[in-house]
Amino acid sequence: MTLWAGMRSALRALRVNKLRTALTMLGIIIGVSAVIAMVSVGAGAQGRIAEQIRSMGSNLIVIVPGSQTSGGFRYGLGSQQTLTEDDARAIGVEVPAVEVAAPTVRGSAQVVYGNSNWSTVIQGVTPDYLVAREWSVRNGRMFGQEDVDSAAKVAVVGQTVAEQLFGDSDPVGQTIRIKKVPFALVGVLEAKGQSSFGQDQDDLVMIPLTTAKKKVLGTTVQSNPRAVRDISVRVRDASLMAEAQEQMRSLLRQRHHLQAGQDDDFSVRVLADIFAAQEESARVMTMLLAAIASVSLLVGGIGIMNIMLVSVTERTREIGLRMAVGARGRDILAQFLVEAVTLSIAGGLVGIVLGVGTSATIASLAQWTTEVSPEAVALAFAFSGLVGVFFGFYPAQKASRLDPIEALRYE
Amino acid sequence: MADALVVVAEISKTYGEGDHAVHALRGVSLEIRVGEFVAIMGPSGSGKSTFMNLLGCLDTPTSGEYLLDGQDVARLSRDQLAVVRNRKLGFVFQSFNLLPRTSALENVELPLLYGGTPPAERRARALARLRQLGLAERAAHHPSQLSGGQQQRVAIARALVNEPRLILADEPTGNLDTRTSMDIMAIFQGLNHEGITVVLVTHEEDIARYASRIIAFRDGRVRSDTVVPDPVDAAAALAALPKEDAA
Repeated sequence: MTLWAGMRSALRALRVNKLRTALTMLGIIIGVSAVIAMVSVGAGAQGRIAEQIRSMGSNLIVIVPGSQTSGGFRYGLGSQQTLTEDDARAIGVEVPAVEVAAPTVRGSAQVVYGNSNWSTVIQGVTPDYLVAREWSVRNGRMFGQEDVDSAAKVAVVGQTVAEQLFGDSDPVGQTIRIKKVPFALVGVLEAKGQSSFGQDQDDLVMIPLTTAKKKVLGTTVQSNPRAVRDISVRVRDASLMAEAQEQMRSLLRQRHHLQAGQDDDFSVRVLADIFAAQEESARVMTMLLAAIASVSLLVGGIGIMNIMLVSVTERTREIGLRMAVGARGRDILAQFLVEAVTLSIAGGLVGIVLGVGTSATIASLAQWTTEVSPEAVALAFAFSGLVGVFFGFYPAQKASRLDPIEALRYE
Repeated sequence: MADALVVVAEISKTYGEGDHAVHALRGVSLEIRVGEFVAIMGPSGSGKSTFMNLLGCLDTPTSGEYLLDGQDVARLSRDQLAVVRNRKLGFVFQSFNLLPRTSALENVELPLLYGGTPPAERRARALARLRQLGLAERAAHHPSQLSGGQQQRVAIARALVNEPRLILADEPTGNLDTRTSMDIMAIFQGLNHEGITVVLVTHEEDIARYASRIIAFRDGRVRSDTVVPDPVDAAAALAALPKEDAA
């Protein structure tokens, strides 16, 4: 008997008891759709993190001030201002693997335009910052090195700030005030969206580093005027990351006059590594969700086994007749196995449709990114077929071992 | 004998063991030649059903020899027996045993399906058998749409479709009225006249008298084996029935 003929006779047998078939399939339908929906949620989270890495620039290293021991006290990470503009310049010049090293200062302030105002992050940067962060200006221009050198009162705003202060009108060429200092707005940044930590990366104003220090953020009492909050470094190539890290570290140790055995007073952070860890945890979550969803697929399989056992009992006479006219054990086995697999695969197909639908619903209702991967669909489908084989085998084997005489007489 | 189709020698069948053993057959020896029409009779418990199961290769004897068409089938495995049944035997049952919700044509095709005949040939041969039994117009009907007599005709077509050496009919008229029974017996007689060997199990004398040889069983042994020199012609008997009986 060909597989096709087997499928057709299986479909006919399944059509006889439509409600029962539908209820049996429901277990597989729920299982497969749950697997697909859950994996799509997990994959969506992973995808968002991967997107983050791309938006951050994969070759980005951020150096922040580290703990410092002073008079027996160890100060926390970032609490000290151990990094300077000169450190940044030295890195840019002396470490060959580094493309740019952009020093940054940061603070928050109220930004005013006309009668609207907005509290936002003020970043003092050099034009290199956009290179390091793989960022660009959407509208207008970025201020140049000459603006930094002359401490010009020019500013570039992020998407969110532009919307809050200017609504639909074009901000370029307007004047905004930061801490009462007027700034000429020269550009609007490309939207970057939320960071993986949930911060709005577009809610900021960039002004030249020098201007920020002298006119807006000022310098803290204890520190030197050259201090910066962090240094964003872009490495020329991903393969040079480790080398760049090591070279920067020894350069900074040397510049900071650290003795051997003394801790670094700075910390070098490879953002890609941090995100890779996050991505890994998202992946684990995906697998966990898939595993939980698979349990329902298993329960569906038990439902199939149950109904196939009932079916074998009901059709004992049919089995006896088939044996009498020449069906061998394996013919009967194949018949019931094909029936079980048809049941589970049909359930799998409906489950795929339902799962894709569910994941779209989750995406639109919960505002989550979901991603239906073809691999997950194929896997769930294959798994549903496997469930059919696994749970269909015992009833099919039972059928194939019936005694033809007793089966023919069965009432 | 050259044209012996069935040769059984000292065949016995015992169910169970020790004190609880049931001796269904206690050493039966007989021969059935090609072209015979044999009726097997006997009360229930006489061993006729057991003998029929052995003859039909649905079971194997506890001891003794069984040659079917020259082949020793007494010690075959389940699957080997299935192949023998498929190639050499055709079954007709009391309760027809047609697959429900399956067309007459597909029911007739069933033995060919397991014999590995290609679909087109399967269809053609099954249709030819249905035509032979006057059911060509009913090929697409399901058993539930057919009368008892028509269902049994479909079952006979199914038994014939693989051109078996032997037709085994187990109480084929048990579920049918007198007129339809005669009709079915006329079919068996017709097939027998064409040279097909038929073995019929029945407990009705009326049915057995259509056969050309009657073997009676009792207590697991052959009690009598009689040749009927001039069996009743079923077609003639049917024609002689009063008209008002017509359904």
